[in-house]
Amino acid sequence: MNTLVFIDHFKGNALPASWEAVGVGKTLGNVTALICGSGVEALAKTAFEFGVDEVILADDPALADYRAEAFAATVSKLAAERTPEVLLFPTTTRGRELAGMAAIDLKTGVMVDVTALEAAGDKITVTRPIYAGKLLTKETCSSKPQIITLRGRAFPKPPQQAGKSGTLTRVTAAAGDFPTKVEGYTTSESGVSLADANVIVSGGRGVSNNPTLTPPAGLDEKAAEIWRAQQGFALVKGLAEALGAAVGASRAAVDGGYISYAHQVGQTGKVVSPDVYIALGISGAIQHLAGMRTSKVIVAINKDPEAPIFKLARYGVVGDLFQIVPALTTAFKKKMGK
Amino acid sequence: MKIVVCIKQVPDSTAKMTVEGSKVSWGDAPLIMNPWDEYAVEAALQQKEALGGTVTAISIGDDSTKEALKRALAMGADDAILISDPALGYLDTQATAAVLAAAIKKIGAVDAAFFGRQAIDADAGLVPVQTARLLGWPALTLASVIKIEGTNVRVERGIEEGRQIVTSKLPVVFSLTKDFGEPRYPSFMGIRKAARAEIPSWSLSGLGIPAPVSVIAWPEITNPPVKEVTCEFITGASPEEIAETLATRIMAEKVL
Repeated sequence: MNTLVFIDHFKGNALPASWEAVGVGKTLGNVTALICGSGVEALAKTAFEFGVDEVILADDPALADYRAEAFAATVSKLAAERTPEVLLFPTTTRGRELAGMAAIDLKTGVMVDVTALEAAGDKITVTRPIYAGKLLTKETCSSKPQIITLRGRAFPKPPQQAGKSGTLTRVTAAAGDFPTKVEGYTTSESGVSLADANVIVSGGRGVSNNPTLTPPAGLDEKAAEIWRAQQGFALVKGLAEALGAAVGASRAAVDGGYISYAHQVGQTGKVVSPDVYIALGISGAIQHLAGMRTSKVIVAINKDPEAPIFKLARYGVVGDLFQIVPALTTAFKKKMGK
Repeated sequence: MKIVVCIKQVPDSTAKMTVEGSKVSWGDAPLIMNPWDEYAVEAALQQKEALGGTVTAISIGDDSTKEALKRALAMGADDAILISDPALGYLDTQATAAVLAAAIKKIGAVDAAFFGRQAIDADAGLVPVQTARLLGWPALTLASVIKIEGTNVRVERGIEEGRQIVTSKLPVVFSLTKDFGEPRYPSFMGIRKAARAEIPSWSLSGLGIPAPVSVIAWPEITNPPVKEVTCEFITGASPEEIAETLATRIMAEKVL
């Protein structure tokens, strides 16, 4: 099968799920990668190293910033010309919406956020989680191309071979007058992104109530609660830093105003699947468990021995996280030679 | 401003989902307005309050879906329309978008359509952009800040790397995230108004479109395999001892 893979990047830095998509494409047959941007030729070289046969490089000032309509026009135009059986995207914010738009343009459908797939002839059956992973559904698409977005970390990254090359085809952006213009960016708080993280350390309501802390004078009840929570999240962040991990949070912690929504794990936050998930002071509401249950090794520290999180945990500690977490951070730093 | 909010009715997020035969069950959990759509209703109402105009809530479903529309009315939407037809059973995202786009065209002279970022049942997050595509409107997704002046729109939208600030021109489609800010609770007056509201139903023939064809099929739905995990509880004489044992165990998993 011929597969066209959209390589998602931000200012020339590819999102890792793009290369995972290339790996999936290679299991299906010939892989052509589509790179859209401006001054992004270096990405073509990396794509060849990951095993892409051909790179279509739409290196055009009109594509300097991501704009859904401008990118979708180019993606759809090339897909219509090349008629691949399969069109793959990483399930990133850009990949998801471009897949949706291309499906309308090409009069086909999208199988979104897929975690497994199998091919029989030129027909693909995918598996994807629905209801935040409470259920799994098989999915098929009766029209062509079969557009699929692949969940990050669900598929292995293919081996990278330095110096490998392939066919480079240069194209220009599809013409069009697109009303949306990009004014600029504000970058997120520094740190590892939840979607790409191998290790996540998450805090819940339990991090907010360290009884031994006395808030500064003059704070009202709500401000004192947030102050306590921030002290607690400093411990979460300390452990995360020692492990090179991303910081997550339960909905209770986000709704409490302890940390921003970008960190929320669960059904109305992000669904994650790291190698290690460390839950601190998180009891494990069903919506939270749905968002992290496929993590490889789950570790929970909670003062309540009946907390549902322990049903999913490989290792548990029933105790005071305010004492254990600093000790755990020290222990890891020592073991990892920091 | 003539505003449409597209909402979906879904099982409550606390529902324990099971599959019996090929039928999905949410037990006795209530059906609610998709939680992300509440942010869309809130954003729509804020634009109306700032600029004047009307907010119309629309949804596809059977008669029971009127409950979700009544929630939108109770929050402050001016009117609601149910799109209901025996030919509308399972719809993939493309088919859903085709019906919503037809409804928005029939309402006519709409300046903006608001959606939640995705529905918590099918988790696709495609319908907002696909509806925009069919209407030929820009899609401004994952919006956390919206400012409209005349026909100019300025939006801050969440991306992996932080926020992207974009400008565009009405009419547009917005999809909203939780970063927008808490949706309001229905007022007592709003609830009374919603309880009395007669919600009109539009059929496919009323929309002037044939039954849309779904190309995506769901041949098999299952509960995910239950992971058999026995939790090893780590104990020790001191926090340091517990931490040391726990760190050793995690390192031994060879995943760090």
